[in-house]
Amino acid sequence: MTRIDVPIARTYAGAASAAGPLIFVHSTKRAKLGEWVYIETEGQEDRRGQVIDVGTEVTVIQIFEDTLGLKPATSKITLTGETATTIAGRDLLGRALSGTGAPLDGLPPPIGEARLPIWGAPINPVRRHHPSDFIETGVSAIDGMNTVVRGQKLPVFSGPGLPGVELAADIVENARPTRGEPFAVVFAAIGITERETQSFVSRFRESEVMERTVLFLNQAADPTIERLLTPRVALTTAEHLAFTHGVHVLVVMADITHYAEALREVAAAREEIPGRRGYPGYMYTDLAGLFERAGVLKDSPGSVTQLPVVTLPDDDITHPIPDLTGYITEGQIVLSRELHQRAIYPPVDVLPSLSRLMNAGIGEDHTVGEHREWADQLYAIYARGREAKLMAAIVGREGLTPGDRRALDFIDEFEKSFIHQGRSRRGLEDTIRIGWSLLETLPRDELTRISDESWEARRRSASGKEGS
Amino acid sequence: MTKARITRIAGAIAEAQPLGDAALYELVEVGERGLLGEVIRLRGDVATIQVFEETSGLALEEPVRRTGSSLMTQLGPGLLGSILDGVGRPLQGLAGQSGNFLAAGMTMPTLDPKARWSFSPTAKPGMVVRGGDVLGVIEERPDMMHRILVPPGIEGRLEDIRGGELTISDSIGALEDGTALSLSHTWPIRERRPMARRLPGDRPFITGQRVFDLLFPVVEGGSVAVPGGFGTGKTVIEQSLAKYAKADVMVYIGCGERGNEMAEVLHDFSRLTDPLTGRPIMDRTILIVNTSNMPVAARDASVYLGMTIAEYYRDMGYHVAILADSLSRWAEALREIAARLQEMPGEEGYPTYLANRMSRLYERAGRVESEGEPSRTGAVTFITAISPPGGDFAEPVTQAALRVVGALWALDPRLAHQRQFPAVDWDTSYSLYAETTTEWFGKEGGEDWPKLRTETIRLLQRDRELREIAGLVGVEALEDSDRLVLEGARIAREFLIGQNAFHPHDAFSSVFKTYHLARLLWALMSTGTAALGEGVAFDKLDLAAVRVAFGAVKTASPETLEQRIADAGQRISEMRGE
Repeated sequence: MTRIDVPIARTYAGAASAAGPLIFVHSTKRAKLGEWVYIETEGQEDRRGQVIDVGTEVTVIQIFEDTLGLKPATSKITLTGETATTIAGRDLLGRALSGTGAPLDGLPPPIGEARLPIWGAPINPVRRHHPSDFIETGVSAIDGMNTVVRGQKLPVFSGPGLPGVELAADIVENARPTRGEPFAVVFAAIGITERETQSFVSRFRESEVMERTVLFLNQAADPTIERLLTPRVALTTAEHLAFTHGVHVLVVMADITHYAEALREVAAAREEIPGRRGYPGYMYTDLAGLFERAGVLKDSPGSVTQLPVVTLPDDDITHPIPDLTGYITEGQIVLSRELHQRAIYPPVDVLPSLSRLMNAGIGEDHTVGEHREWADQLYAIYARGREAKLMAAIVGREGLTPGDRRALDFIDEFEKSFIHQGRSRRGLEDTIRIGWSLLETLPRDELTRISDESWEARRRSASGKEGS
Repeated sequence: MTKARITRIAGAIAEAQPLGDAALYELVEVGERGLLGEVIRLRGDVATIQVFEETSGLALEEPVRRTGSSLMTQLGPGLLGSILDGVGRPLQGLAGQSGNFLAAGMTMPTLDPKARWSFSPTAKPGMVVRGGDVLGVIEERPDMMHRILVPPGIEGRLEDIRGGELTISDSIGALEDGTALSLSHTWPIRERRPMARRLPGDRPFITGQRVFDLLFPVVEGGSVAVPGGFGTGKTVIEQSLAKYAKADVMVYIGCGERGNEMAEVLHDFSRLTDPLTGRPIMDRTILIVNTSNMPVAARDASVYLGMTIAEYYRDMGYHVAILADSLSRWAEALREIAARLQEMPGEEGYPTYLANRMSRLYERAGRVESEGEPSRTGAVTFITAISPPGGDFAEPVTQAALRVVGALWALDPRLAHQRQFPAVDWDTSYSLYAETTTEWFGKEGGEDWPKLRTETIRLLQRDRELREIAGLVGVEALEDSDRLVLEGARIAREFLIGQNAFHPHDAFSSVFKTYHLARLLWALMSTGTAALGEGVAFDKLDLAAVRVAFGAVKTASPETLEQRIADAGQRISEMRGE
């Protein structure tokens, strides 16, 4: 079988029509799906596009830049014969780049080590290593209750005005590589505001964190359709660092909601049959194409861990974007407006939050032996307390059983001293200790999740410390 | 004849021309890399093809070749323990070709062509054989006899048959009319395999999960829908069943789900042993893996592939369970393809034939008498996770499933938030198999099993009513007898129907353990009621000790179980104090 892979560029004069971010070109020769396209219009900067539908009669090209002022009839359209690629390499570390990899920091473009297709191939499931290495984020609500492991994809479900990006920034700043292994951060800003970008970027610019960070910035004012490329460019860079250089890479993508809106815009321009709330029916598959690029490989030292930020429109967790995200990712960290209003930071609501890979990353070999029981117990009492709070609103505190009253007192203490930690980093040991001290305010027979072994061990170590 | 060439590509769909003589669902090779595809529409001489591999980079005018058959799978020894992609290629083999990442256009046979199997014929030359007759056996895995059957549709006098160390393509003999026989044959995955007749299901499929075995049982050959929003534990249930439930063969289909989850399955399954036989789990398991970022059309194929393999082992006389996670992703693949074809959408954009396709799929499950001699009965049990958007069951996939399945295990996010696992909502779940399995459970579990089942359900129902009242007036305002119900139901939720999938002795519950926990609960309620009747105050009952004792039974190892049950019985009889 011969393969005709040598890219041959072909130029066409004029497109037949244009609609939103799309142009339609007639009678292209051997157009390829996913082919990269340049569009020249006189007196304007070149635009870039990609073939998304090829046909003998009409080929559809999606344009990444703004189409304002585009004159389809007189444009020169060049099909490059190549699919979209990006430069990847260690020299990208410390750089601030546009959503498609052009320098934004006044320095020359990175030279890189490889030019890689941005669409990425799926990892062969049998080559995946089961993620089980604990990542310490310095956040009690995460490390203690919803532990993250390397290779996981764990989104932050934020709401409009809630500090989702800030929490992601804290994690980036505080996450510690265990055993001094190489560690890097790739940040993909997807349509977030200048203010949000600054709150993220300015924290790192001057610090040593920047040396191990690559920034890809597509901001709110940047072209919408470029948002479909930004996370893929970022992930391609991350995969290269992880699987070629053995670096543990944390990829922060903010905000997936903007990405999904760009997807919807293209789908609408193609006059596709809309799915829920106008989002295309293939959004699950499309999002999976991003999120599934997290992972750890067998016989390879690096890893790609993802921390996407999703803004829940109207705080609605059943909205298609968080809903489909939740079906793909391995859990979610949910922020609560109520906690935020009470100045609890980070305002993580532990009840709907979940880390599906937690079990593999905790316990004797990773964190502490009693971690599971301890977390289950805190969770159980907190859940009981929250239920009691609802009930107390109706029947009053006096109508509650003594156990429910204790649980009710517990939730205040838990939120104030465990969840709330401000901007400071809290090590796992402190997290576990604070949790225990909260549990110890309750009678032993209410701590049904704590086994006798763990209880005795705790007693011994606590009295040992007092004695010494 | 002019060669067919690509005239259009959009997503997973390609069109090619001229292909007017192709058949619907014929397998074709698309483009210079020979990507696998399937003809799904013919209009004039234009064929519409769904491509099972990534189409990015495919160009207009590339050639399309017919293969003359529909998507087939190889069936024969060596399927057990294998890990296949949606179209039946072994993923280990693909890793050997393309490394850590999957590339498009690779070919790899499902069965290892070099493996040798020790075949012992049982049929004799001169016998007249027909489809389904047993020709001989191979010990595919220790204690797992793989019966080599005459492929369906073949009939004739056996001229010659021989045993020995053979590969799957070696001849094992022939019929007088010259039909060659071997250890393997191929079968089109979208067609159901023939059977002599369907049989009613009457044996329960022992899941090892108390909430199912006791409250919502399923028969061997039954079908179940397991809908639940994200985080409600669908995957943990599917995995627990795959690990511990009682079946001869397990087919696990990871359809459009997470790669890391599949890595976990592969990691866990390769280390676990079957609690009943002591053999490695993988010895009885076939994994079909098509993660969410693998091509969407192959997701459609993966479910049919799993079903075909299950029917193949069923025909040998085995009980096979299929665990599909998740059927919603399969339905979404249909929707995605239908949208690309610009078909008129039905509800929520799903194609109008969704319900029809689903019922045909579910109807391939069942208990059957196989074709051929000696007579055998086998069953395919079909347990399907469903991922309703927003956790709302009023959506087409859940609703279409409910029209055909025999049991609903509805998962509830509120229970999941309370860490009540399995998060099965006992109010909405149901099983149409409860009646038919009563006899078996009465005999094997204990004769009062049906009574315990009804009592447990009644207790849980009463609990829900009371909690609504308690929400208004406060628990302290309830009568003592009602507070006993609340406490009993709490114990039921925590220790009887709650189960920890990660605890070594709780992940699987034997029928014996399930029975005794239910029985202890009943003893607790009757002893408590009697005590209250004699004027003992509720607050005086020592329920803390009883709770601890229930916990000890729940997590007891098989060696200590009987002692723990006796201890708990003791605690219950002493709970009214002196």
